[in-house]
Amino acid sequence: MTPFLMEMAWLVLKGVMALTFIAVSAMFLIWLERKVSARIQNRVGPMITGFHGALQSVADTVKLLLKENIVPTGADFWVWWLAPFFVAVPAIMVFVCMPFGPSAIVCDLNVGILFMCSVTSVSVLGIFMAGWGSSNKYSLLGGMRSAAQIISYEVPLLLSILVVVMEAGTLSMQGIVHAQEAGWFFLKPNLLVAFIIYIISATAEVNRVPFDIPEAESELVAGYHTEYSGMKFAMFFVAEYTNFFIIAGIAATLFLGGWLGPLAPSPVWFLLKAYGIIFFLMWVRWTLPRLRMDQMMSFAWKGLTPVALLNVLVTGWLLVIKG
Amino acid sequence: MKTTMVTEELIVNMGPQHPSTHGVLYLELKLNGEIITDCRPHIGYLHRSIEKIAENRSLVQFVPFTDRLDYLASMNDNLGFCLAAEKLLQLEAPARAQYLRVIVAELNRIASHLLAISTFAQDLGAYATPLFFAMRDRQKVVQIFDELCGQRLTYNYIRIGGVAGDLTPDIARTINEFVLYFRKMINDYDDLLTHNIIFKVRSKGIGIISKEFALDYAVTGPSLRASGVKWDVRKDEPYLVYDKFDFDVPVGANGDAWDRYSVRIQEMRESLRIIEQAMGAIPEGDPVAKVNKVFRPSGEVYMRTESPRGDLGFYIVGTGDVFPYRLKIRTPSFSNIAALPALIKGLNVSDAVCALGSLDIVMGEIDR
Amino acid sequence: MDLAALVQELQASIPGAVIESLPTGVVIKKEDAAKAFSLLKNELSFESLQCLTAVDRKETIEVVYHVYSFTHRLMATLKVVLPMDDLNVASVTGLWSSADWFEREVYDLFGVRFEGHPDLRRILNPDGWTDHPLRKDFKGAGVVPKPVK
Repeated sequence: MTPFLMEMAWLVLKGVMALTFIAVSAMFLIWLERKVSARIQNRVGPMITGFHGALQSVADTVKLLLKENIVPTGADFWVWWLAPFFVAVPAIMVFVCMPFGPSAIVCDLNVGILFMCSVTSVSVLGIFMAGWGSSNKYSLLGGMRSAAQIISYEVPLLLSILVVVMEAGTLSMQGIVHAQEAGWFFLKPNLLVAFIIYIISATAEVNRVPFDIPEAESELVAGYHTEYSGMKFAMFFVAEYTNFFIIAGIAATLFLGGWLGPLAPSPVWFLLKAYGIIFFLMWVRWTLPRLRMDQMMSFAWKGLTPVALLNVLVTGWLLVIKG
Repeated sequence: MKTTMVTEELIVNMGPQHPSTHGVLYLELKLNGEIITDCRPHIGYLHRSIEKIAENRSLVQFVPFTDRLDYLASMNDNLGFCLAAEKLLQLEAPARAQYLRVIVAELNRIASHLLAISTFAQDLGAYATPLFFAMRDRQKVVQIFDELCGQRLTYNYIRIGGVAGDLTPDIARTINEFVLYFRKMINDYDDLLTHNIIFKVRSKGIGIISKEFALDYAVTGPSLRASGVKWDVRKDEPYLVYDKFDFDVPVGANGDAWDRYSVRIQEMRESLRIIEQAMGAIPEGDPVAKVNKVFRPSGEVYMRTESPRGDLGFYIVGTGDVFPYRLKIRTPSFSNIAALPALIKGLNVSDAVCALGSLDIVMGEIDR
Repeated sequence: MDLAALVQELQASIPGAVIESLPTGVVIKKEDAAKAFSLLKNELSFESLQCLTAVDRKETIEVVYHVYSFTHRLMATLKVVLPMDDLNVASVTGLWSSADWFEREVYDLFGVRFEGHPDLRRILNPDGWTDHPLRKDFKGAGVVPKPVK
């Protein structure tokens, strides 16, 4: 076997491992969210299927697989049909550059973080397609809101990532982790600011409370995925939780030292940090009410973006002083 | 090059099946973007013609029907009807019954306000957490009612001439424990909602009901008090033994959604004060007067009481027959929801949901 | 101001308007209703129309207004009696906005037409309904229970 083929086979194997992880992780996160929310609300959550309801997500998946795929009358068929793929596929592609450990990465691209940001931006297209194609007014409003929101929060998000890139001097995910060997990035004041901005904008990117405006249940029923059922709905759902893991994983890599950590194996450290952030965001979700569209937009443009810009400026200045 | 863009108004049918219309309310919204330019509410999905039924039932038989009006505050509806009937028949309940009525009415007010503020928070997007907190505490009230009259939702506890069951020492202890427990628990709601910055920016300045607007539309209850009118039937036209208790009437300053919320929170505190005083002063005696089972009402009466949602009025006309000749129920939600179109014109959809949630309507008493 | 003063004021301002004095209010002549209500609202500061309903007296329909003055803390019951062959009365929506839905309800359930109402549609019953269910001559489909002996 030629070395090229060997390398390809190894890549494919790693890709399959990543895909398996995505599927399991999404199901685990759904279960975790149900348990965490239940505990916050004086409930116990799912208890019947498996140990403390651990198999609940499996049962739900089977149910969703078997459900009829209902196409709404008057839907723009191809737009409607393709939308879930435009949401789910980018979420999966991002895992190419997710560093679970020093060697546990599918492919360490030298433009890693840039690749991740550009690929995740595609999902807004899918959300808008879902809103547009469903021929439902609530979906349309949800899709419009979502497009406006995601594009707005992309700006502070990228600016906060830019600070990390400046500090690390590389776009490669592994490079960024290695740059933190001297000390995790969030310990520096300017990067702490970037971390906070990142967490806020990333929450908006994945449409979670207090920024769940596109699928605001009390206003828009379910927003852009109102008309989807069965496996199509499951794809939106899995993509939502995969994206949730992605933002936590990126935050862990960029600010919390990624897989760096003593004693335990590196993937354990990575997952520990990522799930720590996930738990925090779940806690926020089940506590806070939702912001209004215009409040959220003005917060992005008048609050976060100027601060993020200023932060970039300060970081550049600090780097120049250090030489 | 000049281009003209063709735009048209979007008509959204909000309801009758919608997560935040609190029952089967159907709002026909005309939207320009997300701004509401016109709103036409359609009601009547829950119309059970209770007023017509009343013309074919004796006064005693009608009491259970009042449970079905405002199903979240059945005690207060029982009370309103029985007081009106007693006024028409010139009866008076024994002193013990009067105290018991005050206690259950105030407990029910707490239960109802709990649901009002928590569903309001739910409308603002606080996923279920305040609702579950409120349900936990409401459960304690419902448990007390269950022990008192065997029902959790439709109590039929207050009867013409008294109440259906006496207070046992066990229930008295439970009520006293609840007062102590809930006084601490209200602080939890303050932490979760009152001091929550997102909750504040979402509800402050939204759906402002001015004093003149409130009087014009006959808005009553917490919504009226939030606009600064110090009007409470319990204080201004005291019925039962309310004049013997020391309690305040909380009022708001701006009449916005936040004031309506905050008035409800403060009213729960006042209700606790009333319950505490009533529990301390409850006299011995019979809980029900010896009255006939068949009445032949004649004349007419309009009697209003303070239900958790506002002034609940019963207008009973009798002609000496067993059945009342005409029975009109003036429900607070009906008048409050009538003000909605004027209230939400020009707001966006999110704020309209906020304004609607803060009015605290119950479809059962709107449609009757 | 109490009820006696109110009756006096009404009689003085609109002669012949008060047909009958009741324990809690007055019966007003139909033709003078609009004028009387305008007087109540604009000069006697009855700010709020708390309740508006009707009673079917078989030959006539009484429209019953409960107006309340927060200034005087006084509730007054006003009645306008309409003969069955002429169920028209002036609308008070211009004076009190709360009358809007109350009048629609009375129109729906009794068939009283309020002249000058901006949007007199059925409110509780479906739009295609033809009867007025709270009239005494309404024949419901259901069984009417026997009176208690």
